[in-house]
Amino acid sequence: MAGFLVVVATTYLGLLAVTFFIGRVVPIDPVLAIVGDRAPAHVVERVRLEMGLDLPYYQQFWLYMKGVLSGDFGTSVLTTNPVMTDIRRVFPATMELASVGTIIGALIGVPLGVLAAVRRGSFTDQVVRIIGLVGYSVPIFWLGLLALLVFYARLGWVSGPGRIDVVFEYTFTPVTGFFLLDAILNRDWAAFRDIVSHIILPASLLGYFSLAYISRMTRSFMLNELGQEYIVAARAKGLSETRIIWGHALRNAAVPLVTVIALSYAGLLEGSVLTETVFAWPGLGLYITNSLQNADMNAVLGGTIVIGSVFIAINLLSDVLYRMLDPRTRSR
Amino acid sequence: MPKVIVNERGTEMNRETISSRMRPLLAGAAFSLLLVSGGMAPAFAETPADTLVQAWAIDDTITLDPAESFELSPAEFIGNAYDMLVRLDIADTTKVKGGIADSWTVSDDGLTYTFKLKPGIKFASGNPVTAEDVAWSFERVVKLDKSPAFILTQFGLTGDNVAEKAKAADENTFVFTVDKAYAPSFVLNCLTATVGAVIDKKLVMEHAEAKTPSDEYKYDTDFGYGWLKTNYAGSGPFKIRDWRANEILVLERNDNYYGEKPALARVIYRHVKESATQRLMLEAGDVDIARNLEPGDLDAVSKNADLATTSAPKGTVYYISLNQKNANLAKPEVREAFKYLVDYDAIGSTLLKGIGEIRQTYQAKGVLGALEASPYKFDVAKAKELLEKAGLKDGFSVTFDVRNTQPVTGIAESFQQTAGQAGVKIEIIPGDGKQTLTKYRARNHDMYIGQWGMDYWDPNSNGEAFTSNPDNGDDASVKTLAWRNAWDIPELTAQSKAALLERDNGKRAEMYQKLQQEALETSPFVMIFQQIEAAGLRGAVKNYKLGPSMDTNFLASVTKQ
Repeated sequence: MAGFLVVVATTYLGLLAVTFFIGRVVPIDPVLAIVGDRAPAHVVERVRLEMGLDLPYYQQFWLYMKGVLSGDFGTSVLTTNPVMTDIRRVFPATMELASVGTIIGALIGVPLGVLAAVRRGSFTDQVVRIIGLVGYSVPIFWLGLLALLVFYARLGWVSGPGRIDVVFEYTFTPVTGFFLLDAILNRDWAAFRDIVSHIILPASLLGYFSLAYISRMTRSFMLNELGQEYIVAARAKGLSETRIIWGHALRNAAVPLVTVIALSYAGLLEGSVLTETVFAWPGLGLYITNSLQNADMNAVLGGTIVIGSVFIAINLLSDVLYRMLDPRTRSR
Repeated sequence: MPKVIVNERGTEMNRETISSRMRPLLAGAAFSLLLVSGGMAPAFAETPADTLVQAWAIDDTITLDPAESFELSPAEFIGNAYDMLVRLDIADTTKVKGGIADSWTVSDDGLTYTFKLKPGIKFASGNPVTAEDVAWSFERVVKLDKSPAFILTQFGLTGDNVAEKAKAADENTFVFTVDKAYAPSFVLNCLTATVGAVIDKKLVMEHAEAKTPSDEYKYDTDFGYGWLKTNYAGSGPFKIRDWRANEILVLERNDNYYGEKPALARVIYRHVKESATQRLMLEAGDVDIARNLEPGDLDAVSKNADLATTSAPKGTVYYISLNQKNANLAKPEVREAFKYLVDYDAIGSTLLKGIGEIRQTYQAKGVLGALEASPYKFDVAKAKELLEKAGLKDGFSVTFDVRNTQPVTGIAESFQQTAGQAGVKIEIIPGDGKQTLTKYRARNHDMYIGQWGMDYWDPNSNGEAFTSNPDNGDDASVKTLAWRNAWDIPELTAQSKAALLERDNGKRAEMYQKLQQEALETSPFVMIFQQIEAAGLRGAVKNYKLGPSMDTNFLASVTKQ
């Protein structure tokens, strides 16, 4: 346990140090985001001093770390909020989207992958391959706009960009920041339908991209398992093919598959800048990118901590799942 | 998207009949998707009848405090939610009209301005608007000394003297004393800026925080600075109800407003950055107005029978500037030659279609003393001749810092190509906005393509920026655009100073025209165009009119049918 804590602490320190120094060598003047291009020289100079930018880098970093250790992550200059307040607002938006996206991706990706493996070389396999290939290679920006055009503008099946319609602006009060959950807690079914209708398109899009990856990986894990001797043994025992595929091969393939799905989930949790731009989704990706472009380093560092935590948490979670799925790891 | 794919997969699988277990599983997945996506959403949303919904990139709003705010989108919010002593007259933008002030007089020596306030008006909070509020608003700006404070401090106000120079003579009379006999038009124009907004002293001071005076900050209160960043204390036709950075801003009708009350109960701004997304939302009726449409989308909107477009020239000009620290660019012939190397017609008819208008002088159309002249045409032969005169017959190489947004990228590429025809080899260095700007402000560029918005609606704003440079040293205390390009111009600096003190408006206008003429001929600024702000509207939106500046994009008269 102590060893684990040391690893976590070092990971955070390394992450923060690297991000901090990259932020300081980026050729963007952080003062500009606060005072704008038209401020007189003396105002620029004063703000530079206020921000401690005249100090040597190591001192700036030390001051920042001191704040972090006492729970103060600083204030974002772009939103004027404490960074953690901002992140409490944007991260649930991203997490909600990523979760729905991953559920869609896994629910469809795994069966597709299994199918492709079982029918290796068949027409089905080729189609699954093409679906995956398109998912890998088509820019999400373009696909996002196209999806909006078809399902929102032309067919009117789903609601447009944003998380919720403006008509709910003053009737719907978010508590957790996870709107789907909030709507359920409030028993506000009209809002719930609206939120679902907003999230379904960007989530399906993200789901499609993780599906591409998950189905390819499932296929290869399954092929590996289907070539094992225990499959031959199972067939010799006369088990049904269904049982062999779903009960034996997939059960064993599930172990590495958990890592794949977890990693793809972690990737989505970082926030997808392009998806968030196209769908006007106020999430983490957009927040961090916007902050970085303005050298708003407190916000960037705060975001980095969140992403770091996500990766650590997901690694832990997949460790736990490993233990549940693979009895051999339990004794260790 | 996956929904479609799964449907296709489903049918195919039925043909192949792999496993009887697989079918229900996939069908289940497909069904669950169908359940959540299809059929649940309203076909086409409509915005509420008493609410105007706008899609606009509002991520430049970093504060709602008029004493600090100096960007584009917040100027519109403040312009609609606050009132100033005087306001720009939209019918004739070389003049001002009363805001909170009913009338005003200027003393014969030109130093004292006395404003009589409209009687009986109230802030949105219900507190009465008094001359004391006006005086305190001035004091607050000067003492906080944020970015736009210079618009007031340039009249000789300091933290020490502001209480004396800007004071309430009685409940309804505000007296403002300036340090020199400036042109009255200059003083009044500056007071129309958002920094001149009159703030509800009583309300703000209820939220002020105590401060310990120090060398850097000498006052024992923060004047409600922390609170007003995200709150509201004004008296305009609308009040600011809500702001979530990069997400939403909500204006609501102020029932205490003294003038004609807005027809709409609410205006909601949704932060949407993408032009194509804005267009889709406008077409679907999820927003009433789209504010950041690029030429292609704007064109499509204008052809749609259900939609309309509107536009107005704004006080922002775009230019290519040549750093005089570069020996080649410092040659007068080169500066002139470059003005012949822009393909104005092609740029105007393609890249700027609907969003800009070619303009070769630095004052925006509609400002007092704006010069209407465009002597330069794209002429490679003429440019070559000038370059030869400069001893650069075989051309030369130069770098060009360009931020990666349209239309500047397109303009830079066009210039790169046309300048190439005269042997000038341009290397474009693309960069993010703040990155290229940082380099420009440090004078480390060769060429830069920039935009300049007026700080306040008066010719001195751009006059000073483009044709004044009091100290060309690297550590100068005043860093104008002329300074950024190391253009050392003591004579023009003196002329632009003199124009500030000319009290005859006609003569003042002439002085600015002369400065523009000089800049047209000799400056290192290749002026390209004046921005036109365009918006796409739903057909139901009536009386929506864009103003000459962001703070004059008034919404009070807008109705929806």
